Amino acid sequence: MKLIARLTLHVCLLTGACFAAAPVPDAAKPGEELARLAEVSGHYGGHLTIGERAEPKTLNPVTATDAVSREVIGRLMGDLIEINRSTQQTEPALAKSWKISPDGRTFTLQLRKGIRFSDGHPFDADDVVFSFNVYMDEAIDSPQRDLLIIDGKPILVTELDQYTVRFALPRPYAAAERLFDGLAMMPKHLLEKPYREGHFIQAWSLNAQAAEVAGLGPFRLKQYVPGQRIAVERNPYYWKVDRENQRLPYLDELVFLFVGTEDAQVMRFEAGETDIVSRLSSENYNLLSREKSRLGSQLADMGPSLEYNFLLFNLNDLNGKKLDEVAGKQAWFRDLKFRQAISAAVDRDSIVRLVYGARGTALWGNVGPGNKLWINPNIPHPQRSVETARQLLKSAGYSWNQSGQLLDTAGRPVEFSIITSSSNSQRMKMATLLQDDLSHLGMQVHVVPLEFRAMIDRVFQSFDYDAAIMGLGGGDADPNPEMNVWAFAGTSHLWHLGETKPASDWERELDQLMQQQMVTLDYTKRKQLYDRAQQLIADNLPFVFLGTPNILASASARVGNFHPAVIDPYTLWNADELYIRDPARENAGVR
Amino acid sequence: MRPKTVILITCLAGLHLILLCAGFFAPYDPTTQDRELPYAPPTRIHFKDDSGFHVRPFVYAWTSVLDGDQAGSYKEDTSRELPLDFFVRGPSYKLLGAYITTVHLFGVDAPGKVLLFGTDGYGRDEFSRVLFGGQISVAAGITATFIALLTGSIFGIIAGYYGRWIDESLMGVTELFLSLPWLYFLLGVRAFLPLHLSTLRTFFLLTSVIGLIGWARPARLVRGLVLSSRNRNYVLAARGFGGSDFYILRRHLLPEVLGLLLTQAALLVPRYIAAEVTLSFFGLGVNEPVPSWGNMLSTLQQYSVLVSYGWLLAPACALVVTSVLYSSLADMFHSRLKSYST
Repeated sequence: MKLIARLTLHVCLLTGACFAAAPVPDAAKPGEELARLAEVSGHYGGHLTIGERAEPKTLNPVTATDAVSREVIGRLMGDLIEINRSTQQTEPALAKSWKISPDGRTFTLQLRKGIRFSDGHPFDADDVVFSFNVYMDEAIDSPQRDLLIIDGKPILVTELDQYTVRFALPRPYAAAERLFDGLAMMPKHLLEKPYREGHFIQAWSLNAQAAEVAGLGPFRLKQYVPGQRIAVERNPYYWKVDRENQRLPYLDELVFLFVGTEDAQVMRFEAGETDIVSRLSSENYNLLSREKSRLGSQLADMGPSLEYNFLLFNLNDLNGKKLDEVAGKQAWFRDLKFRQAISAAVDRDSIVRLVYGARGTALWGNVGPGNKLWINPNIPHPQRSVETARQLLKSAGYSWNQSGQLLDTAGRPVEFSIITSSSNSQRMKMATLLQDDLSHLGMQVHVVPLEFRAMIDRVFQSFDYDAAIMGLGGGDADPNPEMNVWAFAGTSHLWHLGETKPASDWERELDQLMQQQMVTLDYTKRKQLYDRAQQLIADNLPFVFLGTPNILASASARVGNFHPAVIDPYTLWNADELYIRDPARENAGVR
Repeated sequence: MRPKTVILITCLAGLHLILLCAGFFAPYDPTTQDRELPYAPPTRIHFKDDSGFHVRPFVYAWTSVLDGDQAGSYKEDTSRELPLDFFVRGPSYKLLGAYITTVHLFGVDAPGKVLLFGTDGYGRDEFSRVLFGGQISVAAGITATFIALLTGSIFGIIAGYYGRWIDESLMGVTELFLSLPWLYFLLGVRAFLPLHLSTLRTFFLLTSVIGLIGWARPARLVRGLVLSSRNRNYVLAARGFGGSDFYILRRHLLPEVLGLLLTQAALLVPRYIAAEVTLSFFGLGVNEPVPSWGNMLSTLQQYSVLVSYGWLLAPACALVVTSVLYSSLADMFHSRLKSYST
């Protein structure tokens, strides 16, 4: 008996050492303005493990650029107004309410009173002003800074009282409240010192002690093991409660394992070592669905994503670059009829079937059916027609020689290469299908897989490429994040980077439309402007749009409240609501 | 000749004949996509149906079925039997690189298809691709071996025969080559080349790089052999009678190393085929849509493909068969010629 008791004690001690008791949710204090999620229920306890493709680079929300860092940081930090991933609408978060002035230029936000950072320190307007100062600081050069500097002027942030902050924009800005989503409110008491001393960028690196890092997210840093995992535990002061007024999150702990690749994520998931996988390819999704009965997992096909994959031609200004060969081919690429012919010859149905395993959608424009609020339904979806493509080429002066090779007006054979990232098997496959499609037009196309960085370098810096297959979008449903693609001076204006003035009339009109929609506050008017922009893009084909994959995710059966979304972060956006199902309890009707 | 030797020689000759006349043995063009049949499993060859046994084999076409809500499963369309025909007309190809013809060893009536090894993700016939891919992979192995042995034996003979500082400096160079991390070296070389190289240029680049990196080992072996035999009595005698260096090399030393070179060749060919497969697997070899065993295997880098479509391992099986045949050949040379080898 004694022995058993001692053994049990040992076991308890051992498990205790592995999962030191998670912090107990703090009882609600009087005057604490908590957000109540009336729909949400679950129960406390347990931990979830998530496989990540890489190791995060930092825990600093201002300097993080990579997806993994942002996914982890997003669980640690809170924002003022957030976009509800399931409704795609904005919702009060740390700001319990906000008012917009009639001219659309002033936002007055009421903060929740009495809420605390994960280290127990109270949160107020000082932290908000501090956070915005950091985000807009030129010396820190945050990737979010571009969004907060409008017409070259920063947003003016003023503290009206301890719980009221006013944001004054230099000009009206459509859907400005969406800007607040993802901007982490940082603790002034912890970060002011490094900021003043000029080493903010080094603050909150992965080596930071758990006590140094505090946020307003559902979790707080627990432990980082280099090369293996990062564990975050419950924030006992989190400001959301469920239906029964229990303070969220339900989970004691969330563990991010660094596994390397999507395939490794899937293997770990199959082995039961991880609980959630997101951003699955259709092949891996089908693989998991074949094993559904064995794994007992939940599979979610959320329909078309907001991402668009496209074929891009190099229309950059190559003067002063020693790229005569590419420059010679630009005469074809600049010809609208040439691009239209390519678009007509592309077999998008095959892309959907062969690349996405029928879990995807063909695209003819930059906005896909996943974006219900903004899609222009009048963009035509012409069927693939090699005949139309040949007619277009013929009318543009192209001809064919005896062996069926396409010749341009000067008699040169049309031959070009498509670069694509070798790590993205879906885009590689698109390129191979395209190669075959275009061979029916007599074009000789070479597929060149490149390492991702090498490809990015060619597209953004050296311009040493003919054509490329890439993907963009997926961040938000709103048109504003698309500004950097369609405005002529945008940083992702990929087909012609660094333009000083629009290269053509349609580009000028597109730029004007995009600028205009940004300052139009009325949805219907904005939609009209954006519809026209989509029409211009589809007519002039700066990109030949190909398709978009569905958002596919899976979770083990024990994960409760699993509701993936089509906007990033696809599965962990409601990490505070996730809980471990307990079949015994659920059968008894207790939650 | 012993029966084992006869079997081995026949198998090797057969293998090379099939690869050489890939167009004739392959029922389809290796680059033609059939987008209705991605990842179709190998066609089953039937002899029996409801009416009994048939001497002439027949196949059923695959029709794609929805398995639950999931596309990509196939079942046999048993409504129509497609008897296997021999010497049929099909897509045109060049036999031995010269005669354009359309006759294939076997096939079935279109639109039915006989897919011995199934199809890949683009619906291309894997069997035809294995044959055409083998042309490139095996030719690369043989060419690279030739380059390596030619270079290796020239330098080995010179080093072994002349000795002293020539020997030391040449052997120093071989050591350098042996210690080269060649995969990284090649990855580096590829970065300096133009984006697209034609298949022919890639092929020659590949073979010459493999061959030139591989010359060091045979060079050291040849040098050792020459070193030991140059002071043999018959060599000294020939020199005493006034034989020139060239005469001695040709008449006495070259025959001495010939056995070694043959054994080495049989050992190196499969090794260099594997080298080509490795390089193409990492995307450094010939590009899509031209098949080679390496770039065909590279789709198996995806976990889902590896576990779902076993028939795509066919090029690996072909590689194993080829390697086993060549190493048996090396064994045979080794025991027959009683010569040195690795």
